Amino acid sequence: MTIKEIQDEIVEEFSLFENWMERYEYMIELGKTIELISPSNKTDSNLIKGCQSKLWLHAEVLEGKVFYTTDSEAIITKGIAAILLRAFSNQTPLDIINSDVKYIDEIGLKEHLSPTRANGLVSMLRQIKYYALAFSKKNKIK
Amino acid sequence: MEFDINKIREDFPILNRKVNGYPFVYLDNAATSQKPKTVIDSLVDYYSNYNSNIHRGVHTVSQEATDAYESARQSIQTHFNAKYSHEIIFTSGTTHSINLVANGFQSLLNSGDEIIISGLEHHSNIVPWQMMCEKNGALIKVIPMQESGELNFSVFEKLLSNKTKLVFVNHISNALGIINPIKKIIDKAHEFGAVVLVDGAQASSHLKTNLQELNVDFYTTSAHKLCGPTGVGMLYGKEKWLKKMPPYQGGGEMISSVTFEKTTYAELPHKFEAGTPNIAGVIGFGEAINYLNKIGFDHIKNHETSLLKYATKKLKTIPNLKIYGDSLNKTSVISFNVGEIHAYDIGSILDKFGIAVRTGQHCAQPIMDYYNISGTVRVSFSFYNTTKEIDHLYKSLLQAITMLS
Repeated sequence: MTIKEIQDEIVEEFSLFENWMERYEYMIELGKTIELISPSNKTDSNLIKGCQSKLWLHAEVLEGKVFYTTDSEAIITKGIAAILLRAFSNQTPLDIINSDVKYIDEIGLKEHLSPTRANGLVSMLRQIKYYALAFSKKNKIK
Repeated sequence: MEFDINKIREDFPILNRKVNGYPFVYLDNAATSQKPKTVIDSLVDYYSNYNSNIHRGVHTVSQEATDAYESARQSIQTHFNAKYSHEIIFTSGTTHSINLVANGFQSLLNSGDEIIISGLEHHSNIVPWQMMCEKNGALIKVIPMQESGELNFSVFEKLLSNKTKLVFVNHISNALGIINPIKKIIDKAHEFGAVVLVDGAQASSHLKTNLQELNVDFYTTSAHKLCGPTGVGMLYGKEKWLKKMPPYQGGGEMISSVTFEKTTYAELPHKFEAGTPNIAGVIGFGEAINYLNKIGFDHIKNHETSLLKYATKKLKTIPNLKIYGDSLNKTSVISFNVGEIHAYDIGSILDKFGIAVRTGQHCAQPIMDYYNISGTVRVSFSFYNTTKEIDHLYKSLLQAITMLS
């Protein structure tokens, strides 16, 4: 599935809920299903800055696709990280670079990606793109 | 005046708004207080009717602005019972005040001199002293805190010596709300000839401080914590110390004569108020002080104490809820965690219920390190909060815990 298709799918899933509480509960559930970053990658250099709770992000390339793993001390942060990674993990660097995150607004979680909010998810998103950019440059050099 | 909570709430326009579909419940008062209409109006009135630069103006409106500015200084002097109005220096807030003193003492202390600061300090209270000590070679000693969140007074006594030149404590800790025994600390420090600076940022909205009775050398607060505007605060200093300290910033207002060879500094308080000050802010600060006195600090204390007791009792019924700094000797602040749930998660859910709380380290990492936690949820009450709001907090918190467990 393309990033856009996955994002649309997530929007559709969230549209089933009637209020924020159900949306949050689902988001928290999604956070529990993600592939966690391996303990050896839970390093300070993989920490996302600007977070009240610790949030780690690791990326690697397998057969031309970027795979991200993450973890957070806060389960809401982890839930949103899961929603981001479901769309962006297992995609090509170029597709990741060229995608947007409008779907986060559409599922009513916009407040978590506001650039001024002190939760670091904006930094995480930036880091997701940086990794993709770095991997795409590496490929060109080869 | 009788304390009528409904009437008081009408004074605060913001309390009528809704957040995320719920009535706004503001429990982040230790971060900043809300503003009554009379303070907001004083700012609008200044800018609408008599905005002008103060001091030295020959024209009528400048004189009106100067009068309002200086009358705010007098209100504040009276409120804190300072001996002279020129002992009240207007600053941009507590951080600025502390830097002003730290800078002033840079040349008054020598290598090997010691300063003592409390282990309950806000970051802003630690950094200026570290910067000062880097320059003059003085040493910092720390009064440790105890499990209850209170300072260890007997250790403080042992830290004191003839080398101690300055002692620095907050009146009330911002992370936990503990009231420090500042009178005892001041008297003890004076036995050793040390100067005492007390940070009153967290105290001024809850209790009336009598500076002469305390016999404190320096005291500081920020207007925004006590219903006044942001960006303005005060440094009180005993006249003799303010005269001894060199000026902090150079500029207009703080000079009496300038030639290229030499500048003579202005008298107090202008020596420390370089440049055009925050005129509107100072006027609003004065208005806030007058407003609080109209309500009465006895009423404020009674109401806040009953809110604290009510909330503490209710929150303690919640399984696995741990309160940090669980002392009776504190203002209306409750810092807590619930089991393994991260404070950020609780704060995020409470926000969805229209409740504003603070989460994290509260700029007091040493305290968090002491308890070995990454942060807390902090609710802090003001005299305009109600038991009904605490009920909403309690119910919402239970819901948050269910969602997050």
